[in-house]
Amino acid sequence: MSALTAEDRGMLAALKAFGVNMLWHPALSIETGHEALEIFEDVKTGRTELDALCIEGSVLRGPGGTGKFQMLSGTDRSMADWITDLCARARYVVAVGTCSAFGGLPMAGGNLTDACGLQYEGDDAGGLLGRDFKSKGGLPVINIAGCAPHPDWITETLGLLATVRLNAEQLDTFGRPRFFANHLAHHGCSRNEYYEFKASATQFSHLGCLMENLGCKATQAAGDCNLRSWNGSMGSCPDAGFPCVACTSPGFETPSDAFQETAKRAGIPIGLPVDMPKAWFIALAALSKSATPQRVQSNAQSDHVVIPPARDGDDT
Amino acid sequence: MSKRIIGPFNRVEGDLEVRLDLDAERVKQAHISATMYRGFEKILQGRPAYDAITVTPRICGICSVSQSVATAAALSDALGIHPSPNGQLGVNLVHAAENLADHLTHFYLFFMPDFARASYAGKPWFAHTERRFAAHAGLGGKELLVARARLLNITGILAGKWPHTLAIQPGGLTRSLDEGSKMRLLSVLSDVRTFLEETLYGMSLERVADLDDRKALDRALDAAIDFGADLGQFATLARDLELEGLGAGYARFMSFGAYQHEGAALFAAGVVEEGQHHALNPDAFSEDMQSSWLAGEVSHPTDGVTEPYADREGAYTWCKAPRVQGQPVEVGAVARQLVTGHSLITQLVGKGGANVFTRIISRLVESARIVISMEDWAQRIEPLAPVNTEDQPVGGRGGIGTGLVEAARGSLGHWVRIEQGHIRQYQIIAPTTWNFSPRDQDGVPGPVEFALQGTPVTDDDKSAVAVQHVVRSFDPCMACTVH
Repeated sequence: MSALTAEDRGMLAALKAFGVNMLWHPALSIETGHEALEIFEDVKTGRTELDALCIEGSVLRGPGGTGKFQMLSGTDRSMADWITDLCARARYVVAVGTCSAFGGLPMAGGNLTDACGLQYEGDDAGGLLGRDFKSKGGLPVINIAGCAPHPDWITETLGLLATVRLNAEQLDTFGRPRFFANHLAHHGCSRNEYYEFKASATQFSHLGCLMENLGCKATQAAGDCNLRSWNGSMGSCPDAGFPCVACTSPGFETPSDAFQETAKRAGIPIGLPVDMPKAWFIALAALSKSATPQRVQSNAQSDHVVIPPARDGDDT
Repeated sequence: MSKRIIGPFNRVEGDLEVRLDLDAERVKQAHISATMYRGFEKILQGRPAYDAITVTPRICGICSVSQSVATAAALSDALGIHPSPNGQLGVNLVHAAENLADHLTHFYLFFMPDFARASYAGKPWFAHTERRFAAHAGLGGKELLVARARLLNITGILAGKWPHTLAIQPGGLTRSLDEGSKMRLLSVLSDVRTFLEETLYGMSLERVADLDDRKALDRALDAAIDFGADLGQFATLARDLELEGLGAGYARFMSFGAYQHEGAALFAAGVVEEGQHHALNPDAFSEDMQSSWLAGEVSHPTDGVTEPYADREGAYTWCKAPRVQGQPVEVGAVARQLVTGHSLITQLVGKGGANVFTRIISRLVESARIVISMEDWAQRIEPLAPVNTEDQPVGGRGGIGTGLVEAARGSLGHWVRIEQGHIRQYQIIAPTTWNFSPRDQDGVPGPVEFALQGTPVTDDDKSAVAVQHVVRSFDPCMACTVH
């Protein structure tokens, strides 16, 4: 449903721009019941060629391996079996969202439904199709991770498949397209000055950085959320005052602490930027805290700017 | 007697299967099956209380904000938190934006494309209907997607993104506001008003919102036809196909009331039975598992369990059967406008049930009312007033809370019990759970199962097109149903 808002002109127009012809979509197509099943059968038997199969949602294999937690309506057959058949026919297989990529939220709380992603179960390769699966086009499952993924990640990935072709080097180690996964969600954060000075919010609606206290994982999560922003470039998670929960990461559904609190050991957040020596991070944080301007410190713990920036010519 | 199974039943949100027993080219009885189980309520057990704010929106990609609002309300109730009035305005705007987007998506992308089916090709209204509403290609659908994306900019401004925001908290909103964001909201709303007035209605929002009787409605529908508006196209085909005679439901409706601000609700809460208004009594709710692949006995959601039992004899769906005083109720825009006493909808429904026509008209009337209120809320935002009351940390606190809100598709309830800061018990009854519920222990069919009885299905009508109209007139969200 996220995809419907793509590029602010809607998914249909966005896909048309890349010459993508949509064969069937559960929310948009006219074909229903037996008409839809005929389309699936034609793909399954090879009568219709399928360039890309997009799957949304975790694969639910339970109870007891029967797949009864998720049957394809009208067929008395599990969705897992249908997906396996159709994936064998598709040139490319695309997991849209963290659920179909890695298993996602249904895996939380002991994984009661035996949920998995198409080619991952959390961060373990495997999933429904197995670690060695490659579609006819020679690629593993393309994981447009995110809960929900940015709508433009979806249309742009499909656009890449339809126009210039994707190769394996354009995917990261978790099969995510690098054009968004090579960034950290932190890049371009509107709270960056507060981050630099470790001037932290202590309550929701404060302007300060959300990393130290309020659970923000943007410095560790893949995504260009703050570079491109969401919904008409009008916002993002941290911009709107709530933490990045790293929804593009396998296992995001089971954090080590509450989603809205930063897990700490001896007062230090355990989730620091992964490619920076911890001691240096702590030393720099201490240094920048001691250099924090009063303006930044005061504004960080307010819901609006109480001290505006001083500029040349101001009376100070 | 013959049988027909329709699945996958698409242009709904989620997985739906409709089983029909046909007799003399009419539906004798219908069984509705939700074919997926996910276990969100069990996933929540044992989690820190506020984790529900991250988890429950992810039940659904289309009613995500409604789940947030219900969770925040349940947590507020359990922990004794009162949201800031300014934050409440913002929450209402985000919630209304989603609900409005859902109504418009339903009309343009889910409901109307069925009238562009080849089986209607001989109708005088077919060519224009096809041009505006054909699936994938209709111009109306494309225009809607642009307008919808613009509408959801409101969620970008106030909630960071859509779907799955954490901006809605028990104390209000996390997004601090300023004069600029207020102006951006008003600018978006102006564009939304333009789309509705010039493309959908062909008249002012106020005229649609204030329709007070059938005569006024008929004059307005004629005006929409003259204007060439999409409402007019619906009116033309609805009159020709007599959609008022299709899909009659139970004469029992419920609304939890919607859009709270400073102690009052824009739309009132209550139950209407055969035209009589009654107070809402959530203590009289029960959930019945007789026809569900779930274990357990009839219980109130405060004590409810959602335990899969795939081998339950006689069961045919993962959906429970919620009842009010043992009776099924219809929820949604028609129930909301009836319960709150909108005079047109009151007159159209009378002492009977809703039908395909009144369900659609209710959504369109409600959409106009929502935008007028959104403009008012945006004007009343005070940029420097707090958006979030000061939360105390949950710590080791406990409590029992209920969050009753209205999603686009009807009444959504969350029931939570918190012990030592963690969720001990969580139950959810979604709108589609009410409408698409199966038979209960008395054998009484759910509202859609009932409304389908008598629907014409000729032998050569393989797609059972009238069944499609009836089912989609309820706008099901199966994803929420099978939380």
